[in-house]
Amino acid sequence: MRKVKRIAWNIGFGFGVVMLVAPAITVFLWMLSLSLKTELDNTDYPPVFIPNPPVMDNFVQVFERNNFLKYAINSVIVSFSATGLAILLGVPAGYGIAKMKATKAAVVILIARITPGLSYLIPLFLLFQWIGLTGTLAPIVITHLVITVPIVVWIMMGFFEGLPAELEEAALVDGATIWQAFRHVAMPLAKPGITVATILAFIFSWNNFIFAMVLAGRETRTLPVAVNNMLTFEQISWGPLSAAALLVTAPVLLLTLLAQKQIVAGLTAGGVKGG
Amino acid sequence: MAGSAATLDGTAAGARPRRRQNYARRYWWFVVPCGAVVLGTIIFPWVFTVYMSMHDFKLGGAREWVGSANYVKLVSDERFLLSIMRTLYFTGLSVVIPMVLGLLAALAFARKFPLRGLARTIFILPMMATPVAVALVWTMMFHPQLGVLNWLLQQVGLPPSMWVYSPETVIPTLVMVEVWHWTPLVMLILLGGLASLPIDPYEAAKIDGATPWQAFWHITLPLLAPFLVVALIIRTIDALKAFDTIYVITQGGPGTASETINIFLYLQAFAYYNLGYASAVVVVFFAIIILLAMVLLWTRARVKDA
Repeated sequence: MRKVKRIAWNIGFGFGVVMLVAPAITVFLWMLSLSLKTELDNTDYPPVFIPNPPVMDNFVQVFERNNFLKYAINSVIVSFSATGLAILLGVPAGYGIAKMKATKAAVVILIARITPGLSYLIPLFLLFQWIGLTGTLAPIVITHLVITVPIVVWIMMGFFEGLPAELEEAALVDGATIWQAFRHVAMPLAKPGITVATILAFIFSWNNFIFAMVLAGRETRTLPVAVNNMLTFEQISWGPLSAAALLVTAPVLLLTLLAQKQIVAGLTAGGVKGG
Repeated sequence: MAGSAATLDGTAAGARPRRRQNYARRYWWFVVPCGAVVLGTIIFPWVFTVYMSMHDFKLGGAREWVGSANYVKLVSDERFLLSIMRTLYFTGLSVVIPMVLGLLAALAFARKFPLRGLARTIFILPMMATPVAVALVWTMMFHPQLGVLNWLLQQVGLPPSMWVYSPETVIPTLVMVEVWHWTPLVMLILLGGLASLPIDPYEAAKIDGATPWQAFWHITLPLLAPFLVVALIIRTIDALKAFDTIYVITQGGPGTASETINIFLYLQAFAYYNLGYASAVVVVFFAIIILLAMVLLWTRARVKDA
């Protein structure tokens, strides 16, 4: 009797887990399915689920009919620059804040996390017009710093606070400068933290839509903006649209699968999210 | 802070804190470059927005001081007031449902079961995926005639829905997307909380013959309360700020049925170019967010004391 109850419970639990995971996997599989089917199959009703045979035409079309490659390069430049700059600036800053116990600085970062991304855009939009930066990638990189810098500072601050101070103090006693103590003692110890910060900053910069949406011109669009534009102009060609959507999100999904441990650790600690 | 600590110490009240401060100040230069960037990209926009909100600001650069006129106009702008109501409606649902589902998911993932790592990774994929890309797929699934969701409804014997194409169903439908997107973050925060719970109370409860339900209700929930509040705060702020998916899927439509504050703000600023007016919206919106965050932080302080 007890055994029966246990088995029933296990089955129920398994069913529950499947129900939790099903919505996530369904949407991504449907995206994949749409991207591999012909237009005829995509608009068929009842829907065709398994592409038979799978076709690559949609992906070919994405590259042929749009400036997709250019937008992909833009996205890469923007996300890498915004993440790199944020690490360069944010890692020492996180260290400094942790050492000075500057809680006020932490509050600024927290409020930056609360502020809607859209509200930065009006003043920065005007500023970029005045100094004539529109039409280049620079404004987009600069605005992406609004997302990446707080993430990096927040994570690194927490990380450096958790490191034991003895090793650096020993280095200082031995005559190292504080910069050397940071560079050669604290930073190597903080490598796992830097990895987490880099991954999260990159993902949220890559995913960001609104900054480039407002600031980018024809030549400077990032991928999310380009894909959104495709929706506006090609109402019902679902195949190419899904193929493009898949190409945009595939890098971050892959990164998540590869680095899920670090991502989980980073997000659990700070509840960070960009935009 | 340092001063009071030294006086409590009783000795060297003057000298020690100062040396301490100088020691800390040496780290100033670590923060300066980043501080300059934060000043330029984060703090300057805050201040400038307030300035702009008191002007009639046009794109060409023409500006005229109007004082509080933009704010007065906002209070009587029915479209804005309705957008606040919609935002609260959207936020309420987008907080409660992920909290419940996120708690259930966290409890499930806190147990050991085969393929747990894989299941958890799949579960968090939605929150890492590019919102625009995901929103596109949802848009196709919502298609009233050809969409896969209406086909699914038909299979289980339910009438088809208009999803985002009817004013009545558009907000619940967008909530569904938001829930799908952000329940994982709630789950992760609560999972972190569950991992940190002490094991002793459970053993004591087991000896006393408590049922699993009683253990959950009287031990897990109270101990998890601080984490629940953190998740609640983060979820509330993020739901208030929701933009990408709403904009891509409906652009505030049909009509203005899904025009939340954020969408209203976007349209005022970058479709109609009423920059001064939009800045006033930002200030009010920001005040609403800070107010809600403070209420929640106050709740958190009380939860911690209890």
